[in-house]
Amino acid sequence: MSHTDIERPQPGAGTSTSEALLVEPSRLSPTRRALTTVLRSRELSIFLVLVAVVVLATTKNNGFLFSSDGWRNFLLNPSILLLLAVGQAVVIITRNVDLSVGSTMALTAYLTGRLFVDQPNIPIIVVVLACLAMGAVLGLVNGVLVAYAGVPALVITLGTLYIYRGIMLTWAGSDRINAGDMPRDFLSLGTKTILSIPVLTIIAVVVLAVVGYYLHTARGGRELYAIGSDPDAAHLYGLAVRRRLLAAFVLSGALAGLAGVLYTARYGTVSSGVGSGIELQAVAAAVIGGIAIFGGSGTVWGAAIGAFLLVTINRALPSLGIEDFWQRAVVGVLILGAIVLDRVLARRQARKLAESRDHS
Amino acid sequence: MKFQKRRPTALAALLLTATFAFAGCGGDDSGDGGGSSAGGDGGGGDMSVTMLPKNLGNAYFDTSTDGAEKAADELGAEFEEVGPDTASPDAQVQYINTVAQQGKDALIISANDPDALCDAIDEARSADVKVVTFDADTNPDCRDLFINQATSEGIAAKQLELIADQIGGKGEIAILSASANATNQNSWIEMMEKELADNPDYADIELVDTVYGDDDDQKSFDQTEALLQNHPNLKGIISPTTVGIAAAARYLSDSSSKGKVALTGLGTPNQMREYVDNGTVTAFALWNPGDLGYLATYAAAALVNGDISGEEGDSFDAGDLGSFEVGADGVVLLGEPFTFDKDNIADFDF
Repeated sequence: MSHTDIERPQPGAGTSTSEALLVEPSRLSPTRRALTTVLRSRELSIFLVLVAVVVLATTKNNGFLFSSDGWRNFLLNPSILLLLAVGQAVVIITRNVDLSVGSTMALTAYLTGRLFVDQPNIPIIVVVLACLAMGAVLGLVNGVLVAYAGVPALVITLGTLYIYRGIMLTWAGSDRINAGDMPRDFLSLGTKTILSIPVLTIIAVVVLAVVGYYLHTARGGRELYAIGSDPDAAHLYGLAVRRRLLAAFVLSGALAGLAGVLYTARYGTVSSGVGSGIELQAVAAAVIGGIAIFGGSGTVWGAAIGAFLLVTINRALPSLGIEDFWQRAVVGVLILGAIVLDRVLARRQARKLAESRDHS
Repeated sequence: MKFQKRRPTALAALLLTATFAFAGCGGDDSGDGGGSSAGGDGGGGDMSVTMLPKNLGNAYFDTSTDGAEKAADELGAEFEEVGPDTASPDAQVQYINTVAQQGKDALIISANDPDALCDAIDEARSADVKVVTFDADTNPDCRDLFINQATSEGIAAKQLELIADQIGGKGEIAILSASANATNQNSWIEMMEKELADNPDYADIELVDTVYGDDDDQKSFDQTEALLQNHPNLKGIISPTTVGIAAAARYLSDSSSKGKVALTGLGTPNQMREYVDNGTVTAFALWNPGDLGYLATYAAAALVNGDISGEEGDSFDAGDLGSFEVGADGVVLLGEPFTFDKDNIADFDF
């Protein structure tokens, strides 16, 4: 105990808290470390914006949060985007992107409806598993192409976005799945609540917690960050880069598959246009939530808050009497703001690192 | 060895390219040809009618074909349905050519394109085939008659009538439309606004908002939520689009506004069945495609028999539906939109 203390200067003497956190976090006490991490996190600023939006909308119209529908929708509406944003976050952390999630979600949403139409007595859990599997396979295709073809994920998944959508158009055509085609049990899942928390939200939050915990603590999770920070270095270091990339894309696809089931339960209608454009919302949620678009940093918690913020802003702006055009512009401003903040913070971090290196 | 290996690939590539190239000009290919071999008539006293919907396997057109078949039975006419799998204009051309070659008496068609089919239809008509369009028209000068499902005035009036009935003639209403630049939607909305202002029956109804769901399920759903949130006193919603009304019904059916906010508009029975059954929606409107096919067949028969020539003012009898008169531009109007409610919705499947 004491002999290590002799060699290290005390945190207060010479170095500031922020510097200690940067260079050698273990010098601070665990509680203080945790507190500083939270206070300095990107997620906190986004969370505060979310709180501000909710407070503003609620003062204008207290039904926004305090009516039974308002509370339910506040939790329920972001759950589908949240799943997509979590998958997207994992992929972006590896310095890739998955633009095909919207089309994947469409295919699995249609699969959900199709299964109920063709096999009216099929158990819901089988449908969920089938959609997870289909999403995972579609994600695997992306993963194989990205990991082995060496073509940027942006191009590959842009291609599969159109291919998957094409399959959807051929498969579904002008056919629609209507609410009447599906069992009531399944449809009621879309709005059912447990202790006033919607089931879909619980599913999404459980997924979020598992993925978040894995990324934060598990070796595989940390390797994803390492790959995203510097793919070449990760490869040289001997990390199984391809296998990790495959896993990231499979996860993203499977979550999009799950999102497809939730979509069908929530909206009760599936046509061939389902989810077009939602992939960009997922990327936006991740970026707003503090995931660096060049990979290697950010957390799925941030992406989840980003998803909440995007959906909640879209709900709140009409209540505040702001026109359609400005509603979209606000989302754009948020994205730009998040990226500028990201650059500023990254530059400050680099400067501080350089300074503390000079100190020691 | 290497050489041999490459050859099939090259061949495949060539074949693929050729396929695309041929597919590209396929439309032109089938456009001409045919024409010459169109001599004989259907033969005998029996009338032969061919129905060509936009595509097969479409529940809407299955219903219209059922109606047409019923009419053909009543008329003692020979009836046949043909059609492509997908609704693309050039896919219908070959069927029109076949009808001309077979020397059928009449063709009833829902056109996938107003212009692209005119050449083929002209040839069929020169081979003495009477051509009646229904549901979707071609240019007026290339067909004999068009059976119009409903007029804008009729649609606007019907929806106001339904909503006024459902909210007891007074209160705030809102419109959930498709996209802000959809011409048919906007003309209906404009007519509804005018009617609300002019008709004393609607003096106590106030239109408080018009929102656009872009015919997207999710956006229409979210817009319904916003409408209910922003207008706590809202009594009714009109959604003159099939996507919008189904999305709004889905939202209402699980919200605390169910039963308090009325919803009506244009929808199809299959989309709305669930919500009519669970009491979210009491009545909505659309035309009856069965009647549309039925009327089209009677109109075609009247043309073939020479009862009418398709001039404005001609009138003909259409079995159960009564008597109809040809309007300007050879248009026959089916009538007011048809109202679906829980008593009759089970009779329809489209």
